Amino acid sequence: MMGRNWQKTDATGAMPVRALVAAFLRERWDLVALVLLALAPLVIPALGGALGGQVTTLFIYCILALGLNVMVGYTGLVHLGIAAFFGIGAYLCAILTVPMYPFQMRFVTAALVSVLATAGVGLALGAPTLRLRGDYLAIVTLGFGEVVKVTLRNLEQITGGMKGLNPVPPPGAGLVVGGLDLGRAFAVDPRWFYYLTLLALAGVVVAMRRLENSRLGRAWVAVREDELAAAAMGISATRVKLSAFAMSSAVAALAGCLYAASLSTTADPNAYDFNRSIMVLCAVILGGLGSIPGTLLGVALLVGFDTVLAPWADSWIQQMEVNPSGSSLLSFSGWRLAIFGLALVLVMRYRPEGLIPSRRMAAELHKAHP
Amino acid sequence: MQFFLQQCLIGITNGALVALVALGYTMVYGIIRLINFAHGDLIMLGACLALTLVTASGLAGTGTSATWLGIVLLVAACGLFCGGLNVAVDRVVYRPLRSAPKLAPLVSAIGVSFIFMNVGLFWLGPADRSFPELLPTTNLLGGEGLQFTAKDLLVLVVVVPLMAALSLLVRCTRLGKAMRAVSQDPTAAALVGVDVDRVIAFTFFVGGFLGGAASVIYGLYINTISFQMGFQNGLYAFTAAVLGGIGSIPGAVVGGLVIGLVRALSSAYAGERWTGAIVFAILIVILVFRPEGLLGRSTREKV
Repeated sequence: MMGRNWQKTDATGAMPVRALVAAFLRERWDLVALVLLALAPLVIPALGGALGGQVTTLFIYCILALGLNVMVGYTGLVHLGIAAFFGIGAYLCAILTVPMYPFQMRFVTAALVSVLATAGVGLALGAPTLRLRGDYLAIVTLGFGEVVKVTLRNLEQITGGMKGLNPVPPPGAGLVVGGLDLGRAFAVDPRWFYYLTLLALAGVVVAMRRLENSRLGRAWVAVREDELAAAAMGISATRVKLSAFAMSSAVAALAGCLYAASLSTTADPNAYDFNRSIMVLCAVILGGLGSIPGTLLGVALLVGFDTVLAPWADSWIQQMEVNPSGSSLLSFSGWRLAIFGLALVLVMRYRPEGLIPSRRMAAELHKAHP
Repeated sequence: MQFFLQQCLIGITNGALVALVALGYTMVYGIIRLINFAHGDLIMLGACLALTLVTASGLAGTGTSATWLGIVLLVAACGLFCGGLNVAVDRVVYRPLRSAPKLAPLVSAIGVSFIFMNVGLFWLGPADRSFPELLPTTNLLGGEGLQFTAKDLLVLVVVVPLMAALSLLVRCTRLGKAMRAVSQDPTAAALVGVDVDRVIAFTFFVGGFLGGAASVIYGLYINTISFQMGFQNGLYAFTAAVLGGIGSIPGAVVGGLVIGLVRALSSAYAGERWTGAIVFAILIVILVFRPEGLLGRSTREKV
């Protein structure tokens, strides 16, 4: 924690305040961000309205992306179907809580069950397929994503088809703590969900930190860097990859549970299609494979693009009145796909390690392969 | 029984189309081990050009010789367009990444596919567009029995010669030999004097050309195109390529026919809406039990 920056002093021997603050921000950006985000709803009243819901969704995508990062970033397995696990989590959570099914569990129990069950699904898919070559695995995950989407859409008796499952009761429904009906509080004030998802995100970040430096996390990285060498050192590549698959699925399912609960519906199955998977993958790659701050930044950029930048630029173009015919060529959001695509191509060409790279990944990617 | 035969016939025609697209995947994969995610969207752009050309030329008709000539020209034009575009993308995007880790070109291909899709969105607009019927829909077999129209004939008339030409090209020409050499070992091929980059560019051109031809036939046969058609069709074709053994040219043809049949039969018996799930479930099962595909040879992972 005490980086070199702390010792930097000026001529008088005292550390300038600005350098001190900068060093602190660099070392403990996470803590600063957490405190700021925790205080934000007290200062910004808009977070009690629609904005609160948007930020909640942002946090949920951050969790999803961190889950994907386990597979793509740490272990180096290309996963093109993370949205399927997101969806399985959301639907399981919904099935366990909605009034139309007999289970009607509490949110926490339901979330726990669906996270474990989704990890099981990940294991079941991973066990036979993980011995495949890298790009084949990508296709298997992609195909699995399509199968899940089609199944969710078509099994109307179970999943409600295109209507999805609703209403998913808010967490703590029917629970009264100190005269406060928690279920009602969650339903009325989006700030409850804001704090719940922030807490979950913080938990996932801490867990990922610990995992990164654990025996398992280092095994993931070792397998990514050189599977044969890792195997020669006594690491069971299959088991390590399987655990990455399960961990990834479990975290994605957690995001799914929060998603379903915060929207109080699973939404329609198209919310869990290939596009969603690819957008999350883009976020991880753009931000920096295997880097936690990078992943978070990537998600923030992509979601920010859609919810902040694109509407703002569109209204600006409209105000300039350069586009009387209303042609989509002159609207900013019409270029969304091309901008994402170009960003991917350029990042891969000039900065494959992403915006905030993990040091290992940067070193690995700049080493030319034979 | 007749219903079954009819579905099989539909399946074979569809499958020939899938095979043509699958060849584009399998050739590029065979030579630089890249899953070219943009291939489906390249074909979508080919279909855009075909629609524009058909509309502009006022080509419409009832199967006269002028129409057939027009279709041949259309196939050539779209083929050249897609082939050229594919080469350009290879030059600008993939070639600088030849020595990069595998993830880089794969992700770039996804990016290129996004860019293509956006271009298609501007070209076609967000809605489905109908492609004009150029051929009569009368049954060539006559009577009330099996239906086999000029459209079905068109698919076979275009696809079979193209495939024959391709296999001649790969087997009997110097360039084909160079392609096979690069696919086996680029470094060794370069050592014996093969211009690897040129061979790769040529492979991209051939794959793109076949895709362009497929796009015209797709428009004439399916009669609806949209900017989103690339993704799903690309996936089916890729499944076909993997099923047949990726990197293997006859494999892509066999895989395409199998996928076409599976699609037709599952649409007929299990319902259209399950088709996607069935095709991908087959893909997963194939990859698990026979990852080298039906006709492919298994490769050993090298250090």
